Amino acid sequence: MANRLRTRLHVPQPPARPGDRTDFSYLKLQPAGTQPRPDVKVSAQATLPLATGLVRVLDDDHRAVGAWDPHVEPEVLQAGLRHMLMTRIFDERMQRTQRQGRISFYMRSHGEEAVSVAQAMALRPGDMLFPSYRNQGLYMVRGRPLVDLMCQLLSNTRDMCKGRQLPVMYHWRQGKIFSISGNLATQFPQAVGWAMAAAIKGEDHVASTWIGEGSSAEGDFHAGMVFAEVYQAPVLLNIVNNQWAISTFQGFAGGERSTFAARGPGYGVAGVRVDGNDFLAVYAVTQWAAERARKGGGPTLIEHVTYRASAHSTSDDPSRYRPKDEYEHWPLGDPVERLKRHLIALGEWSDERHQKLAGELEEEVAVAWREATKYGTLNEGPRLDPDLMFEDVLKDMPEHLVRQREQLRAERG
Amino acid sequence: MARMNMIQALNSAMDVMLERDPGVVVLGEDVGYFGGVFRTTDGLQRKYGEHRVLDTPISELGIVAASIGMAVNGLRPVAEIQFADYIYPGYDQIVSELARLRYRSAGEFYAPVTIRTPCGGGIRGGQTHSQSPEAIFAHVCGVKVVMPSNPYDAKGLLIAAIEDDDPVIFLEPKRLYNGPFDGDPGKPAVPWSAHPRGEVPEGHYTVPISKAQIVRAGRDVTIIAYGTMVHVAEAAALSLGLDAEVIDVRTISPLDSETLCESVRRTGRCLIVHEATRFGGFGAEISATVQEQCFWHLQAPIGRVGGWDTPYPHAFEWEYFPGQKRVAMALEAIMSAG
Repeated sequence: MANRLRTRLHVPQPPARPGDRTDFSYLKLQPAGTQPRPDVKVSAQATLPLATGLVRVLDDDHRAVGAWDPHVEPEVLQAGLRHMLMTRIFDERMQRTQRQGRISFYMRSHGEEAVSVAQAMALRPGDMLFPSYRNQGLYMVRGRPLVDLMCQLLSNTRDMCKGRQLPVMYHWRQGKIFSISGNLATQFPQAVGWAMAAAIKGEDHVASTWIGEGSSAEGDFHAGMVFAEVYQAPVLLNIVNNQWAISTFQGFAGGERSTFAARGPGYGVAGVRVDGNDFLAVYAVTQWAAERARKGGGPTLIEHVTYRASAHSTSDDPSRYRPKDEYEHWPLGDPVERLKRHLIALGEWSDERHQKLAGELEEEVAVAWREATKYGTLNEGPRLDPDLMFEDVLKDMPEHLVRQREQLRAERG
Repeated sequence: MARMNMIQALNSAMDVMLERDPGVVVLGEDVGYFGGVFRTTDGLQRKYGEHRVLDTPISELGIVAASIGMAVNGLRPVAEIQFADYIYPGYDQIVSELARLRYRSAGEFYAPVTIRTPCGGGIRGGQTHSQSPEAIFAHVCGVKVVMPSNPYDAKGLLIAAIEDDDPVIFLEPKRLYNGPFDGDPGKPAVPWSAHPRGEVPEGHYTVPISKAQIVRAGRDVTIIAYGTMVHVAEAAALSLGLDAEVIDVRTISPLDSETLCESVRRTGRCLIVHEATRFGGFGAEISATVQEQCFWHLQAPIGRVGGWDTPYPHAFEWEYFPGQKRVAMALEAIMSAG
């Protein structure tokens, strides 16, 4: 009876915990330029090799290679670099302000900037974006003034959310960026509904949405995939696989035996796994998926392989659950650095220009911060009128809220 | 004026709105080709096409979420959840998303979604086809909750709900679909064609949301009810020979507390009747409101009648259902007090 099979509960383990040697050998990588780029109308089933492989454009010598090279103008790449760098500088500055007690909470997108910036740049202004809370790069691309974002973080008198949302939960109707919930994955099937409406109205706009690999375990993911497939909705469904959902590694969301992109063909949805730290690859895959959607080819599930280089949020301490030096060993590098090296290799950029740009962006952020804090911070300066608490629950204020507003006014004297 | 049962009235409301507003879409399980398991959307897909009246996958989460996305993109979805008992997979999308979108985005985004769903018991549906979940939606800030008790109100309130820029949970007491029901399952069924509220205009009209209606004026006691229990309560009061004032709440939230309290201040006595379980039921909210606003006018403790605090049973339907006997006993207790 020695070799009798037994059921045994399997508990996934990350390759390394604090004090261990970092090991990324579980990542299935392949060299840049080796994935074929099929016609955008290819069947969903035929995308399985794309969903299990890895689309990469930038090679180790910082050149763009292979069929997925989107051949974009250097000016576009420079703009992309600027947006990514701005995102990072903004994040770093806001992180510091949280440490100084000026804002209550912050979430950086460090290391994942290309996922938002490259995709937003490859889409059209009329396309609707349904982000998660680590997509601030979308706001940089679509041009929301930094002061507006900062005022939201400060919950001050110019807060777009009127003091009702945690920092980072922005929204921008005019810029076609949906309100960030703070609940996980809920935006995923909502984006599908938006795309269905675009198709019902006969418009050629597409929707795009982002969730983490961790929250792809939610039922919302499944509902979104099913609706997207059934109605062939023009939607880009992005899974940002940054390896970590707070302390839980991607194996706990189903990443041990399959890629996340491979779920796509299982649903009848095209799947593409892309190097999320490769600006050109994300740009090219977005173009492909958007064209597919606009031509009636339906949805695409895109897995961005990336790494959450910073803590989950300002309330998190990753040194308690992963090796401190893990990011240094991350095999897909840094998206800002890689695009910068590529532009330098093209002769369209230099370390000096980069340093100068970084200085300008830091100054821009500093100027915006000085302006934003004039409108108040969470603890000092002018404050939002607490009466605003009672507005926008419903379009018209119901009578019981009018009474409660009066009660609060009496309480406040 | 036409004679309609509640199903026809609801169908007519959607027909009117699909005709008037190209942004209105109807979606849900079995609502398209088949016309709904209760026939409420019968003929609508044939008339308006499969892009306006959509069959959906069996996913209440997906139905609600897709409706939110559609609404944000300028449509006015009317979603059907086949039974209120099945609404819970969509509950997070309702509570955390639909209800709070306007608030969290300071009015920039909102989703005018109407969620229709058949509720209530009395149809031998057991615990998966009989629930009355109004209280768990009444507790959510940012949605309106409506429950009509007759065809006229059903059509007018559904049109008002679809036109409303706020999300509305529209609960349809399925025992009333084909006729009024006074709680006695032994009696022959009465059709809506024999009831004055079965007279329904063919065209567009609205019944205002957030307005209760006094369906029977009286002096002895105020009975506050909604849905099926409006008819049960009225019959129970009549059986006792009481001159009861019967109020149909019609909109659970936001509640028209003024109409309720004005009546109780006149009668001095109050009974609240609903089908849902009593503990934490919406009757508790009404009771507290009446007590706060009418305390010095009350001649007896406020009474509450509801379903027992158990899951809805199959074999004991009529022992469970708050029928005329339970209402009458509560009325007798209230009338003999003070």
